[in-house]
Amino acid sequence: MSKLFPKSINLLPFKLLAYAAVVGGVATAGITYYATPSYANVGYAPVQPVPFSHALHAGQLGMDCRFCHSNVEKSGHANIPTSQTCMNCHNQIKTDSPLLAPVRDSYASGDPVPWVKIHIAPDYVYFNHSVHIARGVSCVSCHGKVNEMDVVHQAKSLTMSFCLDCHRAPEKFIRDPKLVTNLDWKNPEGEKAQIEQGKKFVHNWNVKPPQSCSGCHR
Amino acid sequence: MRYVSLATFFLVVLAVSILGFRGSISTRPPLELIPDMDHQAKYKPQAESPFFADGRADRPLPAGVVAYGRSSTGGTPDASFLGADDSTYLGKNADGSWVAGFPKSVKVDARFMARGQDRFTIYCAPCHGALGDGNGITKQYGMGATPSYHDDRLRTMAEGEIFNTITNGKGNMLSQADKLAPADRWAVIAYVRALQRAANGTAADVPPSHKAELGLK
Repeated sequence: MSKLFPKSINLLPFKLLAYAAVVGGVATAGITYYATPSYANVGYAPVQPVPFSHALHAGQLGMDCRFCHSNVEKSGHANIPTSQTCMNCHNQIKTDSPLLAPVRDSYASGDPVPWVKIHIAPDYVYFNHSVHIARGVSCVSCHGKVNEMDVVHQAKSLTMSFCLDCHRAPEKFIRDPKLVTNLDWKNPEGEKAQIEQGKKFVHNWNVKPPQSCSGCHR
Repeated sequence: MRYVSLATFFLVVLAVSILGFRGSISTRPPLELIPDMDHQAKYKPQAESPFFADGRADRPLPAGVVAYGRSSTGGTPDASFLGADDSTYLGKNADGSWVAGFPKSVKVDARFMARGQDRFTIYCAPCHGALGDGNGITKQYGMGATPSYHDDRLRTMAEGEIFNTITNGKGNMLSQADKLAPADRWAVIAYVRALQRAANGTAADVPPSHKAELGLK
C-alpha cells in the first residue's frame, strides 16, 4: 500500500505554527500602526466653507493668533472668530471676493459661518486652553506650525500619551508666556538650555501638571 | 508554502496601499475605531445643535438682556458691577463729556503700560502699525487710509473719546469691544499716549542717565 501522506507532511505542524506567528506579528504591527489616533486623526484637513489660509494671515502678515482666537487666554475654549473679526479688514480688502461670501452673509445675518472643527477632543476630556497659554505652553506644541499651513490639518496625535509626554516632563516644552504665539520660536540656546530654563519656569510658577485621571477627566 | 508566503506578502502590500501611511493629509473625517463615550449628550462651546432652528448650541441673547455681574468680584455689587461706573466703562464724565486722563479705577504704571503694549501689538498694530503711524501690514493689501496717531487731532483727543472709538468703532474701524476688556482698552490708550509722545519727542525728553547711550550731551 502506498503511503497516504508524503514525508514532508511531518513538518506541516511546525510550518503552520511558524505561519501563525508571522500572521500574529503582522496583525500586531498593523494594529499598532493603524489602530491609533496617530493614523486615524493626524492629517485631517476638512474642506472649510471659506478657504482661509493661516499661512497668509498668521505667516505672511504676521498677525498674532490671538487677533482672531481672542478668548484663548481667558477661556478653556479657543474660539473660532466672529465674522466681525474677519470684517475688520475684509470690509475694505477683497470686498467682492466670492470666496468671502459666506463671511459677508454671516456678518449681515448673524448666522455663524459653518466652520468644520478639526481638533476633536473626546467629550470626556476637559482641556483648558487658557491655563496652558498662561503657563507658556505654545500653540505649536499641540497644533504644529499652523502659520505655514494653507489648509489646516491636525498635526499631532493628541492622544492621552501625547498629553502625558508633556505632563510628565513639562520643562521640555514650557517657555516664556510672551512667546506662546510665536510658532517659529525654538530655544536659541539649544535643547539643554531649554530644559534648564524650563525647570526654572516650572519651579517659579509652581507648575504641577496633573497626572491623575481627574486632572483631565470628570 | 511558497504560495502562502507570497499571498501573505501580497495581502500586506495591498493593505498598506489601501490604508496608506500615518499623517497623510486627507479630507476624510477621522476614523473612530472605538467610539467609547467620545460623543456625549452635552454641548460644548460653539457647537452645533440639531434642536434649535438656527443649528447652534450657543444661544444668542434675547433683546434687553444685561449680563449678570460679570466683573463683580464678591457678593455685593461694586463699581464695576453691571458696568455702573460710566467713566471706566463708557469713558464719559457725569455731565456726558469725554473723560480726559484716566478714570480713577485705572492705575497707570509700568505693568499697565506693558499690558497695553502687548494688547496693542496683537489687536491694533496690524492696521495702525507698530508705531501708530497708520502703516500697518494691512495697508500693503489694500486697507484704506488708516489715520496716524501723530497729528494734532488725535494727540489732543480726550482719552474717553479714544475709549469710545475702541468700544464702538468709527468709520471703517469696527468695534473691538469683544477683544479688549475695558481695563485693556485703557491700557491700550496709555500705550498709544506713549507712542504719541515718542513720535514727537525731542532730545530734551531723553533722561540724563540715557543720553550717553544715544550719543547726546
